[in-house]
Amino acid sequence: MSPPGAAAPAIEARGVAVGYRGVALVPGIDLTVAARSSLALVGTNGSGKSTLLRTFVGLLPVVGGTLDVLGTRPGGAPGRLAYVGQFHATGFVLPLRAVDVVRMGRYPDLGLFGRIRSEDHDLVAAAMAAMGVAALARSPLRSLSGGQQQRVYLAQALARRADLIVLDEPTSGLDAGGRELYLQAFAAEMARGAAIVTATHDISEAVEYDQVMLLARRVVALGPGAEVLTADRLLDTFGILLRDPHAEHAQRFVVAEVAHGHPQVIDVGPEGGPEVVP
Amino acid sequence: MGPLVEPFLANEFMLRALLAGVLVSIACAIVGTFVVLRGLAFIGDALAHGVLPGIAGALLVGLPGMVGAAIGALAMIGGVNLITRRSRLSSDTAIGLLFVAMLALGVVIVSRSSSFAGDLVGILFGQILGTSLEDLAVQAVATAVVFAVSLACARPFLLLSFDPEQADVAGFPSRRYHLVMLVLVALTVIVSFQTVGTLLVFGMLLAPAGAGALLAHRVEAMMAWGAGIGIVSTYAGLLVSYHFDVAAGATIVLVAAAIFFAVLAGTNLRDGLTSARRGPDAPASGPA
Repeated sequence: MSPPGAAAPAIEARGVAVGYRGVALVPGIDLTVAARSSLALVGTNGSGKSTLLRTFVGLLPVVGGTLDVLGTRPGGAPGRLAYVGQFHATGFVLPLRAVDVVRMGRYPDLGLFGRIRSEDHDLVAAAMAAMGVAALARSPLRSLSGGQQQRVYLAQALARRADLIVLDEPTSGLDAGGRELYLQAFAAEMARGAAIVTATHDISEAVEYDQVMLLARRVVALGPGAEVLTADRLLDTFGILLRDPHAEHAQRFVVAEVAHGHPQVIDVGPEGGPEVVP
Repeated sequence: MGPLVEPFLANEFMLRALLAGVLVSIACAIVGTFVVLRGLAFIGDALAHGVLPGIAGALLVGLPGMVGAAIGALAMIGGVNLITRRSRLSSDTAIGLLFVAMLALGVVIVSRSSSFAGDLVGILFGQILGTSLEDLAVQAVATAVVFAVSLACARPFLLLSFDPEQADVAGFPSRRYHLVMLVLVALTVIVSFQTVGTLLVFGMLLAPAGAGALLAHRVEAMMAWGAGIGIVSTYAGLLVSYHFDVAAGATIVLVAAAIFFAVLAGTNLRDGLTSARRGPDAPASGPA
């Protein structure tokens, strides 16, 4: 996956266990995420996706094993890291405009006292344009809809110009246009050299990533999406996998993801690779 | 113009009171903004109660009241921290009881010595009309410190108010800056007890900044609104107190609270009108 001569991997995990209060929730993680590559974590609620992401960015201590992020300990290189968590801004009193939120993406580089330069303003404007929220720059954050707010948070991550971008369910709440902008913008970030790690429920989206990790409180599988997303493994990950009764051939399944709200239909093709029908 | 300005020109104590009130208003607007945004109201309340036995105890043994207030504030922050860490289920009960216990302890200490029993009212509600030049100097230094520290920590404080995890990921440890914030709240409460008293300083922390949160779209603007509302409350409160011979500190806080509720009613009315015009599908506006 990592082309020869590339920069040090964004994430290097050897026998890593993640969890809370020293108790392992997901043990035995071996993983390399190279620069310019992407990884999607797929699993149900409670499968350990967010725990793993929060460990990558240094919000949770590593429970076991060795984890290098951006060549140092997790959280050791804040200027090179961007993170968008599962943020719920309902009932928010904070008086901020959308542009102020995106500008926060520049703070790690600026530190306490660094003056905001014109290139910072340019990065902020470009990030907002990429997520289609340039026209909302001066709107109060609290007047935006949930999907618009999510676009603003993603723009904040873009404005950081990070080498590793970690996103927890980035497309939840986004409309079709927002998803399209997200995929374009973050593909551009990878072309620039960033590594991207996301958690998602959406199997059709996961197929687009270089690597997919199926999680169910353990690593069910890790590898290229076409190899990993097989019927057996999805059954292992999601627990429920219904054979589609209306399918012409027996190789069609429905992943009944109760938590996500809508089932997804997966065609397991002749070579075993998936074709996803959303 | 006479009755609106004359009291401050003819009486030096009124001018000192006004200056002290302006300084308290500025400090409270800055600190109160973070108290409101971070949801630290209960910490402000805890400090307001906790400093009373400290002040009373210090006066009893002949120490400056401010030293006792600092000790009381530290004990309160420690106590609240301990309770919230140890007991998850009943922490609000325990904290509420701790407030009352501290207040009761303060009253018990004050009643121990009949000589300053009268001071209880002064500690709780302040003696703004008795502000000395020395008090003014202390208040000015405290306000300058609050201003300087908040300016230096503007970015981490903003990140912390936005999302503590973002502060951590951005390399500004949320615990460290939360502690700095608590120290600023404590400093403001400790210094302001001379002016508006330990109970009423809580009102000056919340009311102007709370009204500012409803009016402003930026944090700096929220602080400016808060300071402006605090200063107007001080001026109006002192004037009413002078002309109608009522308690000055309490009147100032009453004016501030009245302004807050007027702004709350006004913004609710405005939001109600705009969402009625936009229809039910419009995004929610204002704090839910």
